[in-house]
Amino acid sequence: MTPRKLLLTATTALSLALGGAAQAETFRLGTNGDLYGLDPHSMTDSFTVSFLNHIYEALVRYDADLKIEPALATSWEQIDETTVRYHLREGVKFHDGQDLTAEDVVASVNRAAHEDSPIRGNIAGLVGAKMVDDMTVDLLLDGPNPLLNNFLTNILIFDAGWLEENNALDPIDAQKGEEGYTTSHANGTGPFRFVSRTPDAQTVLEVNEGWWDTPQHNITRIELNPINSDATRVAAMLSGELDMIVPSPLQDSKRIEATPGMHVLEAPGLRAIMMGFNLGDQLNNASTEGNPLKKVEVRQALVHAISYDLLRDKIMRGKSRNLGTLVAPQVPGFDDANDEIPAYDPELAKQMLADAGYADGFSFNMNCPNDSYVNDAAICQALAAMFARVGVKADLTAETKAIHFEHARANETDMFMLGWATLPMLDGYSVLSAMLHTPGGQMGTWNPGGYSNAEVDRLTEAVAVELDADKRLAMMVEAFAIAKNDVAWLPLHAQPLSWAARDGVSIPQTGDDKARLWLARID
Amino acid sequence: MSTFMPMLYSAWDSDIAYSFRKSRVAVISTLLLLAMFLAAIFAPHLAPQNPFDIAELSLFDSELPPAWAEGGNPAYLLGTDTQARDVLSSIMYGMRISLVVGFASVILAAVLGVTLGLLGGFLGGIVDAVLMRIADVLLSFPPILVALLINGVLRGALPQSAQADSALIVLILSIGLTNWVQYARTVRGSTMVERRKEYIEAARTLGTGSVAIMVRHILPNVLGPVLVIATINLGMAVLTEATLSFLGVGMPPTQPSLGTLIQIGNEFLFSGIWWVVVFPAVALAVLVLAVNLLGDWLRDALNPKLR
Amino acid sequence: MFAFLLRRIVQAALVMLVVASIAFLMFRFLGDPISNLLPEDATVEERADLREKIGLNDPFVVQYGRFITNAAQGDFGQSYRNNRPVSDLLAERFPATAELVLVAASLALALGIPLGIYTALNPRGWISQGLQVVSLLGISVPTFVTGILLILLFSVTLGWLPSFGRGEVVDLGGWTTGFLTLSGLKALILPSIMLALFQMTLIMRLVRAEMLEVLRADYIKFARARGMPNRMLHFKYALKNTLIPVMTIFGLQLGGLIAFAIITETVFQWPGMGFLFIQAVNFSDVPVMAAYLVLVSFLFVVINTIVDLLYHVVDPRLRVEKSTARGV
Repeated sequence: MTPRKLLLTATTALSLALGGAAQAETFRLGTNGDLYGLDPHSMTDSFTVSFLNHIYEALVRYDADLKIEPALATSWEQIDETTVRYHLREGVKFHDGQDLTAEDVVASVNRAAHEDSPIRGNIAGLVGAKMVDDMTVDLLLDGPNPLLNNFLTNILIFDAGWLEENNALDPIDAQKGEEGYTTSHANGTGPFRFVSRTPDAQTVLEVNEGWWDTPQHNITRIELNPINSDATRVAAMLSGELDMIVPSPLQDSKRIEATPGMHVLEAPGLRAIMMGFNLGDQLNNASTEGNPLKKVEVRQALVHAISYDLLRDKIMRGKSRNLGTLVAPQVPGFDDANDEIPAYDPELAKQMLADAGYADGFSFNMNCPNDSYVNDAAICQALAAMFARVGVKADLTAETKAIHFEHARANETDMFMLGWATLPMLDGYSVLSAMLHTPGGQMGTWNPGGYSNAEVDRLTEAVAVELDADKRLAMMVEAFAIAKNDVAWLPLHAQPLSWAARDGVSIPQTGDDKARLWLARID
Repeated sequence: MSTFMPMLYSAWDSDIAYSFRKSRVAVISTLLLLAMFLAAIFAPHLAPQNPFDIAELSLFDSELPPAWAEGGNPAYLLGTDTQARDVLSSIMYGMRISLVVGFASVILAAVLGVTLGLLGGFLGGIVDAVLMRIADVLLSFPPILVALLINGVLRGALPQSAQADSALIVLILSIGLTNWVQYARTVRGSTMVERRKEYIEAARTLGTGSVAIMVRHILPNVLGPVLVIATINLGMAVLTEATLSFLGVGMPPTQPSLGTLIQIGNEFLFSGIWWVVVFPAVALAVLVLAVNLLGDWLRDALNPKLR
Repeated sequence: MFAFLLRRIVQAALVMLVVASIAFLMFRFLGDPISNLLPEDATVEERADLREKIGLNDPFVVQYGRFITNAAQGDFGQSYRNNRPVSDLLAERFPATAELVLVAASLALALGIPLGIYTALNPRGWISQGLQVVSLLGISVPTFVTGILLILLFSVTLGWLPSFGRGEVVDLGGWTTGFLTLSGLKALILPSIMLALFQMTLIMRLVRAEMLEVLRADYIKFARARGMPNRMLHFKYALKNTLIPVMTIFGLQLGGLIAFAIITETVFQWPGMGFLFIQAVNFSDVPVMAAYLVLVSFLFVVINTIVDLLYHVVDPRLRVEKSTARGV
C-alpha cells in the first residue's frame, strides 16, 4: 500500500467517523449488477457508462426529457459535410484541478476512436478530432452524420495530461498483461468524484464542490451497492439499508408499495423486447426438415398465436406496453400505424399453419436469456406454451446472457429473444442498421437470422446520411412498415422501468433506465 | 441375482425387524418416505397436471393461491406458479427428479465404491495404494466443490444444445462420482479383515476363484455398513442436487427438481405468492429429514463401527 | 519424519497439478468471453481480431502450457470482466471470506462441542432429545433455505441486522476487516450463523458419538470402578480423547467451510472469493474461475498436509485410522 493510498484510507475512515452530518445526504443505491470498471472507454455496458457519467462528462448530454443539451461544449456548428466544430465551456476543472482544454477533448475522442477501442462501434463514421484553438475542436467525419451528438453523449472526456502521466492514452487492451490504470482510478469533470471501489461490493463517490454546473442535487456521497439477486435486493430495500433500487422486480411492487416509507417508481421504457427468427434454409432443430420459419405465412401465424394482453397482464403484471413495431413510442421511427397488434386468434393461426403445409405443426429451438431483461425466461416459457397450443413445439433453452447472445449471434438457434433500446443513438436508425439491413460490414451486425429486403437496405442507407429530420423520419417509418409486413422480427413489448425508492427521494425517471443522481434530491 | 436375496436377508435379520417395530421414529419416517416415493413414482398417474406439458398450461390460471385460501381453485390444491403450473404436481414431478438423482447417484457411488473397495482390499499392493491415494485426495475436498468441478467438466464437454437434455445425467454423475470414497474405504477395511479369516482360506484351498470369493463370501459381510452409508448418502445427495440447482448449475427451470423450484420461488419471496417457495422447501426438508432419521436409526440398529 | 514430509509434499504438488489441469479443462469449454468484451454491434472481423489477440485461437496445448506456467507463478492473467489481474481480485476478496470462515468456525466449535458433550452425558434428557432433533433438522434443511429464512426474520421483519454485504470495513494495509466497525460486526452475524449451522450440528453429533464411544472404553470403566469422580472422568480423560479426532475432522471441515461459503456469499451478497467465483461463472470469466479453484484447492491441500503432519507428530498409529474416523 502506497503512503498516498494509506492517507486516502485514513481520511476516508476519518470522514466516516465524523460523518454524522454528511451521512444524511448519502445516497445508497442498489443495482442488479456492478460496474465493469471505471474506464468508460473500455466497454459499452450502458449501466456502467451511465453511472460513470457521474464522474465523467461528455461534450453534450441528455436532459431529463432525453433531449440533447450542452455539457462540456457550449455550442457547435456544422462547418461542412464532414466537419463539426465544438466550442468548449470555459472554467471547467477536472477533479485533480486541471482545466478542461481542447487538448483533452482531442485525446479523449482519439482514444475512443482508437483501433483497439472496444467502443469504436459506438462512434461509427467518426474519423478523429482536431484542435482549432485552446477552446475549440473540430470533429472529423467520413460523411454527413445526423446522429453525431447522440453518439457523443456516450464519449466521456478524460484529462489528457492525466492520461499521459499514467500511461493510459491508448484504450485498455485485453491482451496487455498489466492492469489498466483507468480501470481503478478516475479523474473527470462531473458532479461527483471517485473515492473507492471494491468490485461486486461497493463503489463510493463524493460530491465535487467545484462542478461547473449549478447542482440541482443535494447529495454529498453516493454508495453504489450491486446486489444481483432480486430477492436480496428487495430485502435490503425493505429493511431500510438502501435509498433506491434499480431495477425493482415487478412482482415485488405490491409488497414495496405496502411498506410504509417507500414507493415504486414506474415509467415506460425505451427497450423493445422482440424475438428474432432463423431465416436460413435449415432449422437448427434436428427434427424439422427445412425451415418453416422462412415462410412469411408461418411467421404471421405465430404472431396470431400470441396473446399480447395475457403476456402483459400476467408475466409483466400489467406494466409493459404491447408493441407492434420494433421501437418504443419515444424513439424516432415509431409510428402508430406500425404499432397495431395483430389479433390473438389461435384458430386462425392453426388454419394459416395448415395452409402453409404444417397442419401437424413442427419443432424449432428457442433461446432466451434468463438474466438480461425483465422476466425474460418467464416470457419465453409463456410463449412456448402459447405456441404449443397451435401445435408448434418450441424447444426452449434459457441461459445466462453471455452464452445466450453468443448463441443468438452465431445463428445457433431458430428463435431468440433480443431487447433493443437504441442507446446511445436514441433513434430508429439503430434498429435499421443493426437488425434489419442485410448483414455485411458495419451493417446488419445484429441480424444473425439473415433478414434481407432490398428496399429496407436502400431506405436504411438513405436515412444514414439524411440531415433533414422530417425526410429521415418518413423513410424510417416506411422501412419499419416493410419489416412489419415481412414479420422480420416479432416485437413483443416495451419493457417497463421499475425502480423503488424510500420516501423523500426525488429523481427524474427517464426511459433509458439511467439513474441520474445529479438530478436527484433526498431529505 | 441368486446371491442378492440371501445377502439382503443377512442384513435384515429378525433383530433388526424387531428394533424397527419398536422405533416410532423409524416407522413414521419409513411411512413418510413410502408415501413420497409412491407420489413421485406414480406422479404421471396421480398428479392433477403434467407440468412439463406446456400445452396444458394457461396463463389465465397463473398465481392462484392454495385451494383453501381466498381466490383458490379446488383444481389446484397447493396453488399455481407464475406459469400456471400446479404447485402440487410440480412438487411430485420435482421430487421424482430429486429422487432419481438421489438414488441413481447413490447406486453409482455404492457400486463404484464397493467394487473398488473389494478390489483394493482383496488384491492389496499397487492397486490398493493407487486407489487409496485417489480416495485421500477426493476426501480432502468438500463434496460440494468436487460436485461443482465434475459438473463443470461434464457441462463443458457437452455441446451447449445437449445440456438441457443431459442435465439429469450430469447431476447423477457429478454427485455419484463424488461420494464413492466412503463406500470404498469401508468395504476395503472389512475386506482386509475378512480375507484373513479361515473360511476364506478354506474356500481358496477348495479352488474358488477370487471373484467368486469376493462376491459370494466377502460382499454379504460388508453389506450392512454399505446400506447405512447409502441411506445417509441419499439425504446428502438430494441436498447436493438441490444446492447445485439453487446455484444455477442443476436442473433447468423447464424440468424443475425441488431445488430448482425453490430457486425459482426465491425470486417471488416478497411478491405475496409464498406458496411457490414454501411448499417445495417443506417437501425437500421433510424428504431429507425422513431419510436422515431412517439412516440414524439404521446405523444405531446395525451398530457397525462407523459414524 | 522427513521422508513422510517429503512424500506429503510431492503428493500435494501432484494434486495441485491435477486440479490446475481440471480447472483449465473445465473452463476452456464453459463459455466464450468474447461477447462480453465487445459492443453488441461489433462486426465479425472485430470479433475475430479480439479472439486472436487474447490467444483464444492458439492450439489447445499452447493455451494449456501458458496457463500452467503462469499459474505456478501466481499469475492467472487478467479478469475478462474487471480488466484487472486476477491475483489482485482474489487478494482483495480473501479477507472477506477468511473473516467469515473464521467467525463461522469459532461459532461452530464454541457451540458444537459443549452441546455435543451435554448430549453425550445426558443422552436421555429431553434437552438432548430436542437437540438431536434440531441437529437433524440442521443437516436436513438446505443451507440456502436457512439463509433466506434468516434474512426474512432478522432483516426484513425485525430490521435488526443487514441483509447483504460487509458493512463498513477498515483497510489495514491491504487487509480489509469488518471487525473494527459496528456495522461490520453486525453484517457478520447472519452469514456466519448460516455458514456455521451445518458444521455446528456436524461437530455436535461427532462429539456426542466420540464421547459415548470413549465412555464405553475399558479404561474409563476401570477408572469409574476405582471411584474416580465423574467430573474428572468426563472432562479430564474422556473429553481429551474425544477431542483429538474431532480436531482432525474439524481441520478438514475448515475446507468445507470455505467451499460452503460459496452458497452463503451468494445468498448474502458477501464480497468474498466464493461470490467472486459465482459471479465469474455467470460471466464466463475464465481466469477468475480457474484461479479460484486452484487457490481453494491449494488451501485445502495445505490444511490437510498440516493436519496430517500434526497427526503424525501426535501419534503415528492414528494416521491409518484417521480415514475411518471420518465417516459422515
